[in-house]
Amino acid sequence: MTELLVGTKKGLFVLDGEPGGPFEVTARAFAGEPVDYAIREPASGRLLAAVTSPFYGPKIFHAEDPAGDWEQASGVELPEGEGALERLWAIVAGETPGLLYAGGDPGVLFESRDGGLTWELSRTLWEHPTRPEWKPGGGGLCLHSIVPWPGDPQRLALAMSAVGVWLTDDGGATWRHGNEGLRAGYLPEDAADRLTLCVHNLQRAPQRPERMFLQFHGGVYRSDDAGASWTAIGDGLPSDFGFPMTVDPADPDSAYVIPLVADMDRVTPEGRVRVYETRDAGETWTPRGDGLPQRDAYLTVLRQAFARAGEGERLELYFGATSGALFGSGDAGASWFTAASHLPPVYSVRTAGS
Amino acid sequence: MPVVTLRGPLKRLAGGAGDHALSGASVGELLVELERAQPGLRGWVLDEQGHVRRHINVFVNGEYGREDTAVGPDDRVDVLPAISGG
Repeated sequence: MTELLVGTKKGLFVLDGEPGGPFEVTARAFAGEPVDYAIREPASGRLLAAVTSPFYGPKIFHAEDPAGDWEQASGVELPEGEGALERLWAIVAGETPGLLYAGGDPGVLFESRDGGLTWELSRTLWEHPTRPEWKPGGGGLCLHSIVPWPGDPQRLALAMSAVGVWLTDDGGATWRHGNEGLRAGYLPEDAADRLTLCVHNLQRAPQRPERMFLQFHGGVYRSDDAGASWTAIGDGLPSDFGFPMTVDPADPDSAYVIPLVADMDRVTPEGRVRVYETRDAGETWTPRGDGLPQRDAYLTVLRQAFARAGEGERLELYFGATSGALFGSGDAGASWFTAASHLPPVYSVRTAGS
Repeated sequence: MPVVTLRGPLKRLAGGAGDHALSGASVGELLVELERAQPGLRGWVLDEQGHVRRHINVFVNGEYGREDTAVGPDDRVDVLPAISGG
């Protein structure tokens, strides 16, 4: 049985099912509220949800039972008088029990050491001397990707729109850029600005942690030096624009993306829904659409709406669209099924393993 | 003392109490005092900069108010989510 936590424009949906589907909605929480992201904390099994009420602002809530009472976590706020938290984009488990990170807008990182009950702002990132130069992307100044290093809580990679990749080797005491090789088509070639880099997604190969993959605002990239520098690997894709990305944890040469036409036309190309897979670190890409809509299908799949469970031949993949459709694969993308058809617009999809 | 009236989720966060008699000479002062008296409301009406959230409306005796709107001892202050959408 696989559990999916699906954040939508109209609440959190918990779905259970087996690969091959369909899945069943077993719980709904925050009815009517936008749920940007939800995870099940690995150490305790506690559920955490990032909810951005248009009225009351962004909060993190936690619960043991999704259909039960949710309590607000404390500390998810900026220092008084220094700014206002706009949105939360991701909650990610760290490399020690109970360690969690949350990323949000305006380019902020929170850390919890008690499984998400209490949080503290990363002051080093908040007070970074380059912050006055940071520019937001179309979705805000969002810290959306938080990528731990397996087994080493001191090492962490972040990605922000539109401030590029950030790396730490000392648990967040200091931060440095990891932007060498990224080429922004929205800046002049001779632009002095080397900071305004609109990274859309960042993933790491767990078995070879120095190998990373990145979906850019125009480009797909690979790094073999832990994010310090990047090589373009987008050739062979129908478009180099998109947001969702994941990897097969068993294969450091693997990555999956869901291209959209372009920044001005954010739908699946040619009216066909296809996930693209590489098994040679981006040398070649193979479309995976068996079982997905292949005619008159113009879907938008958002950044956090692509999740995985398991690995290798039994890798499960799930993604949701703003149409409310939710698709899954139980065989690493070779074939697909419809897990749910009529959810509200899907903002995020997570499994216990993603 | 002026009375701040809450409804819906804000009332629930305030322990189920709708009416709150508080001291303060302006809407902003009253709302800060409200958060102090009801810590569960912290961050729900005012953001970290002390501003009333964009989609929250505050009325003083039925008229739109802002943080700097003066409030007298007999005034009634309603805090309501705004109509958002069309």
